[in-house]
Amino acid sequence: MVGIVIVSHSEKLASGVLDATKIMADGCPVAIAGGADDGGYGTSYEKIRNAIESVYSKSGVIVLVDMGSAVMTAEMVIEDMGYGNVLLVDCPIAEGAIAASVASFCGDGLEEVKNQALSAKTEAKW
Amino acid sequence: MNTEKLFEILSDMHQTMEQEKDFLTELDNAIADGDHGINMAKGLAAVQEKIEGLKGQRIGAVLKSVGMTLVSAVGGSAGPLYGTAFMKAGMLMSDKQTMDINDFLACMDAAVEGVMARGRSTEGEKTMLDAMIPALNAMKKANSENLPPKAVLEAGVAAAKCGVEYTKTIAATKGRASYIGERSIGHQDPGATSFTYLLDVVANAI
Repeated sequence: MVGIVIVSHSEKLASGVLDATKIMADGCPVAIAGGADDGGYGTSYEKIRNAIESVYSKSGVIVLVDMGSAVMTAEMVIEDMGYGNVLLVDCPIAEGAIAASVASFCGDGLEEVKNQALSAKTEAKW
Repeated sequence: MNTEKLFEILSDMHQTMEQEKDFLTELDNAIADGDHGINMAKGLAAVQEKIEGLKGQRIGAVLKSVGMTLVSAVGGSAGPLYGTAFMKAGMLMSDKQTMDINDFLACMDAAVEGVMARGRSTEGEKTMLDAMIPALNAMKKANSENLPPKAVLEAGVAAAKCGVEYTKTIAATKGRASYIGERSIGHQDPGATSFTYLLDVVANAI
């Protein structure tokens, strides 16, 4: 299965998104990097790297980020790790993670999982 | 500038950030998430710990390590941005033992390019680039007029200060401050301000 990593400035927000993915796709490899190293509000290079590593397989990983330093730090981690199949996706983290985890759990490949996450950006809610 | 001098400058940078921490945080509170001063002080404190183990290393290796430490320790946007700036400079200086003013300007060039790419930003978006780019241009001009290194750096600091003033007149379109958009007019940018402090530290040390 394609791994999913949720990066948020807030530990609670990241773990809340993780919980939400379990409702429909419990068993999909989802990892979180929430908050700064000290647990406060912010972004941690180390946490992002560990989260990606923990769900990495040859199927690849998508990384969803909230904003600002989460985007830039995740980008640096991905560049430094040098895997070709770890993709940063620009989408809302909660809706994107739910859409992507269902797709991954159902056996979709990296591109399709990424597209499902991206669809959360444009799909109308009603 | 040799590695010893660089260690001195990094230590002064840390002290300056400790002194200005509250002011930078206040600036950041007005338009974003209020962590800039705290984060800069935290990052440069981590650099102080790190450089203990870097004595005797080449200048490029030290700069690179400073960049990596900032990325790991800061936790806000200043981490990847200043981190990228120092790392780019470090890559450029990788085989150097010392740094002259031309090397410094080449480093600044690489740093500006790195920050623009990492932040997907350019001049006029109320970011650190609004101090960095005018400072770099002023330093290049002063250097081409054969002014001594200290005068070159001072020209850079003066231009960076003007850049900070300019950030008061524009709306943020990048970073968290872009959420408050037009309402950010009147406030100076914390990143442009911290860059100006750091450049001032270099100018004072030369």
